[in-house]
Amino acid sequence: MAKQRAAVLGTGQTHHRSKRTDVSMPGLLREAVDRAMVDADVGWSDIDAVVVGKAPDLFEGVMMPELFLADALGANGKPLLRVHTAGSVGGSTALVAASLVQSGVHRRVLTVAFEKQSESNAMWALSIRVPFTMPVGAGAGGYFAPHVRSYLRRSGAPEHVGAVVAAKDRRNGALNPHAHLRQSDITVDSVRASQMLWDPIRYDETCPSSDGACAMVIGDERAGDDSPAPAWIHATAMRTEPTTFAGRDQVNPQAGKDAATELWRQAGITDPLSQVDTAEIYVPFSWFEPMWLENLGFAADGEGWKLTEAGETALTGRLPVNPSGGVLSSNPIGASGMLRFSEAAKQVMGRAGDYQVDGARTALGHAYGGGSQYFSMWLVGAVKPT
Amino acid sequence: MPEQPLSAPLDIGFDYTRSVGPVLGRFMTALAQRRVLGVRGSDGRVHVPPVEYDPGTAEPLDELVDVAAEGTVVSWSWTADPLPGQPVQRPFAWALIRLDGADTALLHAVDTGGEPTSVRSGQRVRIRWADEPVGHIRDIAYFVPVTDPPADAAPTAPAPPAATSPEPGTGDDTASVDTVITPVHLNYTHSASLEESRYLRALADGRLLGQRCPACGKVYIPPRGACPTCGVPTTDEVELPDTGIVTTFCIVNVPFLGQRIKPPYVGAYILLDGADIPFLHLVLGCEVSEVRMGMRVRAAWKPRDEWSTTLENIAHFEPTGEADAPYASYAHHL
Repeated sequence: MAKQRAAVLGTGQTHHRSKRTDVSMPGLLREAVDRAMVDADVGWSDIDAVVVGKAPDLFEGVMMPELFLADALGANGKPLLRVHTAGSVGGSTALVAASLVQSGVHRRVLTVAFEKQSESNAMWALSIRVPFTMPVGAGAGGYFAPHVRSYLRRSGAPEHVGAVVAAKDRRNGALNPHAHLRQSDITVDSVRASQMLWDPIRYDETCPSSDGACAMVIGDERAGDDSPAPAWIHATAMRTEPTTFAGRDQVNPQAGKDAATELWRQAGITDPLSQVDTAEIYVPFSWFEPMWLENLGFAADGEGWKLTEAGETALTGRLPVNPSGGVLSSNPIGASGMLRFSEAAKQVMGRAGDYQVDGARTALGHAYGGGSQYFSMWLVGAVKPT
Repeated sequence: MPEQPLSAPLDIGFDYTRSVGPVLGRFMTALAQRRVLGVRGSDGRVHVPPVEYDPGTAEPLDELVDVAAEGTVVSWSWTADPLPGQPVQRPFAWALIRLDGADTALLHAVDTGGEPTSVRSGQRVRIRWADEPVGHIRDIAYFVPVTDPPADAAPTAPAPPAATSPEPGTGDDTASVDTVITPVHLNYTHSASLEESRYLRALADGRLLGQRCPACGKVYIPPRGACPTCGVPTTDEVELPDTGIVTTFCIVNVPFLGQRIKPPYVGAYILLDGADIPFLHLVLGCEVSEVRMGMRVRAAWKPRDEWSTTLENIAHFEPTGEADAPYASYAHHL
């Protein structure tokens, strides 16, 4: 059975900061929700259902936050769902919301994802020491750094490419009024001079810890037709694999490759690098840009770094990657995936302001989570899919 | 008796810092002054504690009104054995209390001196304030009946730590509360699987015990009882040597809360000879800059009298000095 057409009608996000102590958790969400509803030009009576996502409960110490957030999300008397897929949750939450429209169940769905990292300590929460094991865990950076080292060995990428990514994303972030880190004067050299935290990952190649939220209103075909500049959803894909098994490719996981293959198939894309205008890719540590360029099929295995090094992923390049500044500039973990999805939508809606990619008609939003075992992605376009 | 799985306590806790926002911030600030505020909803009802958004219309609310420190028990439930951290440390009632001037009920503790027959719905109760209010819901220590309150003060749990005030007041001595601290403690009993327990008991004897999948032949350590790829049970045990290679690694330079090993240290994936999956361990015995992918290593065991059922019996791995394994021999383990 064919899916019904669906479109992003509006997006909203908070000003992301290390500590948003000026607002409560519900207040943080409402800042994003109010902006998305204004952008979509809808009121509460237009919303049929609400889908909310956040990262693991230990990050904020609130069990089932959707219960106490219902008032703030206008969800009383409506279906309210929570989605949970670790760091990819912002992406998979958007996809669940989209599926409620694509299935014909609802006409307009509000979706929102958030994280208030300042209320806890994610590094602590990710390093809980399970009995009987060696206490070598060191947060997300400690988990991913060995796999970055494997990528360097496998691809032969020159050591400075990670710094190229970091400098690019932070400078892009300086163009984004919502970004947490806005570093217009950062350079490849200054990134390389920053402290090595989890060798081979440096301080400036690491995402910040942010408070923030992101929201979108997704509507059906009629709502999209009535919208002045919708972002039409052309394809969606999610895939999962176990965190560890003998022979698992930790650098280029099969689940990510399978999700990308399905995404391009749905959208009729045969040459992603030529046919996609811009991409918002989940890059929490700089080296994941070239790694995911390969995983997504924008470059052949071992070749992703060449696109980065040649400047092709810069704002003026062939495939601008993370024009908004990406996860390296703002990382409210639960919201980071939805930020990628909504920034892709903003590009094809022509609403990306100072980091608008000229002529962007087709854009990718991507998220991954856990130990690279959850992948979610969508392709959005300015034109209604045929 | 069949073998039992091993268990151990897993206790975690954190003092979460809650930024309360402007509406609850005024509520908390008033509590520090021994006043209770409610918020007027879109339909005129007064909510206590205040809600930030109207439950009916979702509109933001900000009209705060004083309510009384006295009210009526709407419903209640007896707690015969209070848990650590609960407001009253002798038998008490959790009660829904509608304060005079409010239209909704507040959940809090009622102390009747430990006497369950002295609490009832419809009962009039009033606030017993904490000795030193700080701007936290626990400034309301508990409630007591208006008529015949208990003769003595109830034993109470220590108050949560007070959050530091945001900014020193500029001539205003009623600094507003923007953050409250809510400690959360979780106490689990973590159990290993039977297969992992066999591996852990072998470790207590200084042996490394894995399992081989009967379908694909891959050797897993720790053993899992089922092959994650083939989905079949695994029963064939394989004893592995305490030598192997570093497949990949990182150097942890960053200190963090709860860290057990002083940085800098090398967290490495160790692939034992004969195993098909690496595990994370520590590499010492050389400069961190000398650790390499493919480096041959051997386990450095703690003294035998310190062994127990844990991988920590191996203090670390250290270089053997043999030639590195060629990249092609372990590339498929990355």
